[in-house]
Formats: sequence, C-alpha cells, structure tokens
Amino acid sequence: MIEVDIRRKLGDFTLEAAFTGSHGGITALFGRSGAGKTTLINMLAGLDRPDAGRIVVNGEVLFDAAAGIDKAPEKRRLGYIFQEGRLFPHMSVRRNLAYGMKRYDTADEFDLIVALLDIGPLLDRSPHTLSGGEKQRVEIGRALLANPRLLLMDGPLASLDGPRKAEILPFIERLRDELAMPIVYVTHAMEEIVRLADTLVIMSDGKVAAVGAVEELMSRLDLRPLTGRYEAGAVLTVTVVGHDEERAITRLGFDGMTLVVPYANIPVGEDLRIRIRARDVSLALSAPDDISILNIFPGRVVEISDRKDGQMDVIVDVGARIWARVTRLAVNRLALEPGMEVYALVKAVAIDRQSLGRRTGINIQGDAGVA
Amino acid sequence: MDWFTPLEIEALGLSLRVAVVSVICSLPFGLAAAWLLARRSFPGKSLVDGVIHLPLVVPPVVVGYVLLVALGRRGVIGGWLYDSFGVTIAFTWKGAAIAAAVMAFPLMVRAMRLSLEAVDRRLEAAARTLGAGKARVFVTITLPLMAPGILAGVVLAFARALGEFGATITFVSNIPGETRTLPIALYTLTQTPDGEAAAARLAVISVGLALAAIVASEWIARRMARRLGGGA
Repeated sequence: MIEVDIRRKLGDFTLEAAFTGSHGGITALFGRSGAGKTTLINMLAGLDRPDAGRIVVNGEVLFDAAAGIDKAPEKRRLGYIFQEGRLFPHMSVRRNLAYGMKRYDTADEFDLIVALLDIGPLLDRSPHTLSGGEKQRVEIGRALLANPRLLLMDGPLASLDGPRKAEILPFIERLRDELAMPIVYVTHAMEEIVRLADTLVIMSDGKVAAVGAVEELMSRLDLRPLTGRYEAGAVLTVTVVGHDEERAITRLGFDGMTLVVPYANIPVGEDLRIRIRARDVSLALSAPDDISILNIFPGRVVEISDRKDGQMDVIVDVGARIWARVTRLAVNRLALEPGMEVYALVKAVAIDRQSLGRRTGINIQGDAGVA
Repeated sequence: MDWFTPLEIEALGLSLRVAVVSVICSLPFGLAAAWLLARRSFPGKSLVDGVIHLPLVVPPVVVGYVLLVALGRRGVIGGWLYDSFGVTIAFTWKGAAIAAAVMAFPLMVRAMRLSLEAVDRRLEAAARTLGAGKARVFVTITLPLMAPGILAGVVLAFARALGEFGATITFVSNIPGETRTLPIALYTLTQTPDGEAAAARLAVISVGLALAAIVASEWIARRMARRLGGGA
C-alpha cells in the first residue's frame, strides 16, 4: 500500500502528485517523458526531496514535511531498478549481488534469487562484459537481495531492444507471481502495462491525471490523448476456455462472450488480459455471415467521439466495452448514434501474442506475503 | 650497496623518507580538501581553492619563509609546540617533510578532485537504496572508483616532494644527514670544487628514481583500469 501526496517545484515545472497504490501487484506510472515519473519515484526512494507532502509505504511514514520526517534512502528498504543500469563497475557480479545483503541472510536466499533470474553463469563476470539484458537481471537480483518491501522500476526495459525486452519481461512476471513482490513500474510503453500492471497511474505535466484498474482507464475516451493514439484500444480480462489445435485457434471467454484468437499455448482456465486495438475493430448494422471475421459481437453504441485527425472513436458495449476506430464517412453512412444496436467485428489474427497481456488471478487471492 | 657512496646513500635515504612521510601525512588532508572542493559549496570556497593552489604559483622561497615564521622555534605555532611538547620542526627532517607536503599539496588535491568529480554519483545513490549508509558508500563505492585519481595524486606529490628544493632550504637549511636531501646535496656539490662527477651521479640517481615511480604508477593504473572495466 503506497500513499503519495507530494509537491515539488523544479523551475517552471511543478510536480503535484497524489495517489494511493493498491496492495501488492504492479502499479504502473504511465506518462510521456517529462511528465514527472522518474522524479516521483526518486522521491519515493529518498533520492529527491519533495517541498511538501507525505509518503507512506505499508503504513510506515517515509516522508512527512509537516512532521519533519525524511528517512534516509538506506532506511527505506525500497529496491530501485534504474533505467540506465547502475551496477558497480569495480565489483564482480557476485559482489554486486551481495552488496545489499545483511550478514544474517542465508546462502539459500542468494541461490534462490540467482536461480529465479537465471544468472548463475554470470557470477564471476565483471559488469562491463554483460549484455544489456543480463545487466538488468543482475540489477534486479541485487535489489531483491537487499530485502526490499517494494521494488521501484524506472523503465527497466526502456534501454533494451525488442528481443532483450522479451527476455526480461518473464522475469518481472516471476517477481510479481512467485515472490509476490509489490512493484511500482515506470514506463511509457503501453504493451508493458497491458502485460504487467494491475493499477495504472496516468501522469501528465506533473499531475496525476487518473488512477484505477488498467481495464477501466483504458476504456475511457477522455484519457485517450494520454493513453496513446496508434496503439489505443480496449483492454479486457478473459479466461482461456478451450483450444482447437486442428484449426489452430484458442477460445477466450469474457462476460458470456467467446473470443476466437490464433492458437496460444496457455492452459485452459488461465485468466489473461488482452488488448483489442481500436483500429482492428469494424462495425456493422447486421450480422454478416459470409465473412472471414470470426468474432462478431452484438452490442450497443455507448459513446461516439471525434478525434483530432477527423477519424472517430466509437465505444460499443458488448458485455464488455470494445472500442472501434472508424472514419467519419463510416459513421455517417451507418448513421451511428449512441444507443444504436450494432455488431462489433474483430479479426481473430488481430489479437497476436503481443496483445496477450498478464496472467491475472494469481494476485486476486490477495495477501502479498513475501516468499 | 657498493654501487653508491655513503653520501649518496645518506641523501637518497633522507629524500625517500621525507617524500614518503610527507605524502602519507598529507593524504588524508588531500582527500578532505578534494572532497570539500568537489562536493561541497560554502561561502569562501574560491578563497580556500586559491589558498590550496598558492604553493603552485608563489616562489618556493616564500613558502619556506612563511613556514619558518610560523613553525620556527620562535614562530607562532613552532614556539607553542616547543614550549608545550618540546618538539622542534625547523632545521629537522620533519620540517623538510612539511615543506615538501605543502609544496606538493595542490598537485595531490587537483588530481583527487578531478577523479572525485568524475565518480558517477548515481552509483552512490544506487548503493544507498541498497541499504548502505553514507560512510559505507564512501568506503566501498566512492574511494575505489576514485582510486586511479588518488594514485595519480600520490605519484605527483611524491615526485614533487623528491624534487623539493627552495622551500626546504629556506625552512630547514642544508644540514648533512638531517635536511640535506638529494636536490640539496646535488646543489651543494655543484658549489664544491671537484664536485662535478659526484653531482652528475646524483643527477642520474634522481632521474632513475623519478622514472621508477612513474613506471610503477603506470603499472598500477593499468591494473586498476582493468578492474574498473577495461578503461573508462
């Protein structure tokens, strides 16, 4: 549980952030660069000092300007994974990992973390011989071994290329799922949020624009300028219902509907989060039957809104809310209006692997007891 | 040891002792000054910076004279030292070490300050988030990362101390076996009839000593660089 309510003036820029993070899971701080995300987590870590306000983590006051409390960074027990990598160059990987360990820690914990992050073969190497992905894994291990109650990650994937990102993502998921480590995750990449986050904090110009569940915030049209254009779309929580390997499809259930997607090797019963991009959704007034599109959902238009570029966003309630982007011409031709019955059409292959998000359900049982 | 004459051994031994003692004793002050100048801002900082660099620009004789006035037996500090503890500094090898330390101090501080300014403070911040207090961060992160600069400062100061002449001869004079270091012995020989050959030998010894110090420091610096990640 994180409670933040701080103010900090930096020249012309004023950071004014107040939010309460959920218990456990991953809280994503999302916003463009310059929105104040890094400054905010530096303040959480004690590396930067707010002008006013309060920071409370798990009931412990870390900063309170009014009460004159400002705990030193080393007393806060918050692990920090830096964007650009900050391994100590004069120490081996092993010594880097051990830097934050207390003397009474057992070797078991060291071995556990090394195995979890798969960094055993790197132990005797020097940091400058590691690849970007390896460095990031060692950095995560080092932070974990200092026994933090919360992990702060400042765009841990931002400096990595595509394949390296894919290499690190599963490890971050393991922290969340196997160690139940609460994480504050700073990013400007929507696909990382869909894959990882539980709670989303959207920041803009030093202010918190919205706080809530990822699914909820992503379906709000008013946040669209902040959540991104090209990649925008609805985020749904679904359950794997079944596979048809012969026809290479997987069925996902949500709110009484079934969504067909290309075959994905995920166990039946698993909860998933998926993203259906607005540009992959078409609308029809009647249900077409001679069409290749497999997903045809009857629903009702909830909201239509203009975009700056002349295209329009239409939100359709099909049980869950799906978001379609169409041209103004299409809206006029179908005479779309809120309340109308329509069919939302989603191409199965539009839901690719990258649209498949985090596995939910593991954290839903709640209690984030640290392993 | 038949290679050297007793006079050479005496001068060489004294020079090494003076240089080693002056460097070791000024090292903590040099570190403190470097830290103050690199990391702190306080009123009068440029004045402190100027005073530290003064021995680099004023004539060494002036430094020696100031030391004599301050630390001589009738000097402000020297008198108090003699009256309270019976310690005499002027005209002893200890005085020579102090003169060498003062003259070498700016070089030492300069090298250390530059290396301290080059230490990535983000690494120090990372160490603190891992639970290390300020003192531990300084010992385990800052000092090792500025080690090449400390080494450079030490070598420069050592070489400067070996060659110290003006301030030394002014402050502690030219006493055989007590304050007659290599350069002073060399100077004395040039003033002596038939001293040319012995002077030439001393000059060769001085050059050899300086060369050895530089080669040794290069070797250590390369090893450090390798540990710090192949250069940088």
